[in-house]
Amino acid sequence: MNLLSLPGGLGRAILTMMAAFGRVTIFALASISHIFRPPFYPREFAIALLNIGWLSLPVVGLTAIFTGGALALQIYAGGARFNAEAVVPQIVAIGMVRELGPVLVGLMIAARVTSSIAAEIATMKVTEQIDALITLSTHPMKYLTAPRILAALITVPALVAVGDVIGIAGGYTVATQNLGFNPATYLKNTVEFLETRDIVSSLVKGAAFGLIAAIMGCYYGMTSGRGAQGVGRATKGSVESAAVLILAANFVLTGVFFSL
Amino acid sequence: MIRMENVHKAFGNNHVLQGMDLDIPKGTSMVIIGGSGTGKSVALKCILGLIQPDSGMIYVDGKDAKKGDRDAFLARFGMLFQGAALFDSLPVWQNVAFRLMRGPLKRPADYAREIAIDKLRRVGLKSDVADRFPSELSGGMQKRVGLARAIAAEPEIIFFDEPTTGLDPIMAGVINDLIREIVTEMGATAMTITHDMSSVRAIADNVAMLHGGVIQWTGPVGKMDASGDPYVEQFISGSAEGPIEAVR
Repeated sequence: MNLLSLPGGLGRAILTMMAAFGRVTIFALASISHIFRPPFYPREFAIALLNIGWLSLPVVGLTAIFTGGALALQIYAGGARFNAEAVVPQIVAIGMVRELGPVLVGLMIAARVTSSIAAEIATMKVTEQIDALITLSTHPMKYLTAPRILAALITVPALVAVGDVIGIAGGYTVATQNLGFNPATYLKNTVEFLETRDIVSSLVKGAAFGLIAAIMGCYYGMTSGRGAQGVGRATKGSVESAAVLILAANFVLTGVFFSL
Repeated sequence: MIRMENVHKAFGNNHVLQGMDLDIPKGTSMVIIGGSGTGKSVALKCILGLIQPDSGMIYVDGKDAKKGDRDAFLARFGMLFQGAALFDSLPVWQNVAFRLMRGPLKRPADYAREIAIDKLRRVGLKSDVADRFPSELSGGMQKRVGLARAIAAEPEIIFFDEPTTGLDPIMAGVINDLIREIVTEMGATAMTITHDMSSVRAIADNVAMLHGGVIQWTGPVGKMDASGDPYVEQFISGSAEGPIEAVR
């Protein structure tokens, strides 16, 4: 084996990764620019709002309520080891709002919305519907990409807010029904402990994760290969990339908010 | 009206078009024949700008197809795609009236729907099809809806990409007749790509044989059988023996 093959391979991998990053960045900037330039497609935007926002509520709600409940149990059990069971309301609130709410909603959106966008657009590409759009004088990025990205940017923070509230409600239900917490005291502790910056960080993370989820779905859909295999690869790639980027963005944003 | 001059297009090492020249006079119906993978669809997509040629020139009405207002350029074209390429999320009438519901040709929704139903009737579909979704239609009906969409805005130039592929002979005959009637009635310039010889005879004024990335023969459809060109003769006869390799 050639001694240079390892660094050569590593270099090629880095170049490939950088090229992919560049392509996604150019695609994202072009997509975002189309949000502000006419023509606009309000019907497509309304459908995207419904699909990304309203129809994601059940999965977001169920994820949040179970996570909030489990979190309350874990904090209670962990806190009991050093007589700190009383911190359940505060830790559930901060855990849900700062971290688990945005991340879990982001990952659920990646699973549900990114995959759906990628599969839909990739299928349109494979069946020449994208070419048909162009021949009908309709820019695919304006008609398909811009409405979805704008809808995700608006609805995912709202979903995160809903997820935060439902998660806290899950913790509240478990704490008051199973762990003997006083309902009024639990709510008072939750409200008093949360700060505005916690909520702002949650919503900012939601917007960033929504943007990532929609862009990755659109990018993989638009650049998919041919046939069923192309659609499958686009869908898989979009979810993988969106999930990893959401977790990476969460780390970066958490660092930024800590430093403020 | 449409002129391709020395058009080249390669995908990696696959040199699909290797200096294609073609002239389509205004108001005529040109059919391009050739085996699968010879670049017929690529040529068509190069004219529309869906694929950028590596070199060569394409003119429409004497003007460079790459220059000028892209929307205005595309507004002159209608296209029937091989698989119809109907938008799954829209009902049939909105597919047909797509161009009439947005952009410079935008009309009120009721009027656009009326035109869509009129065009559906023109291609032999009843008005009750209008509110169905493409997935609820047979392949032949989808092709007719695609044809209705292609002619909805009454374009000057219509492209047909394999219009009869996947259809039974009777439905293929119906589509061929419709295309011929519509092209004659509208006075449109038409370009069809196919390897179905019955389509060629039904639709074409002129025929061009594409092989090896260049036009091997072109002439009026009436002279096709006596062209003397070995490529055309082999293609018409469907023989495995001849200059076109059976295994590609």
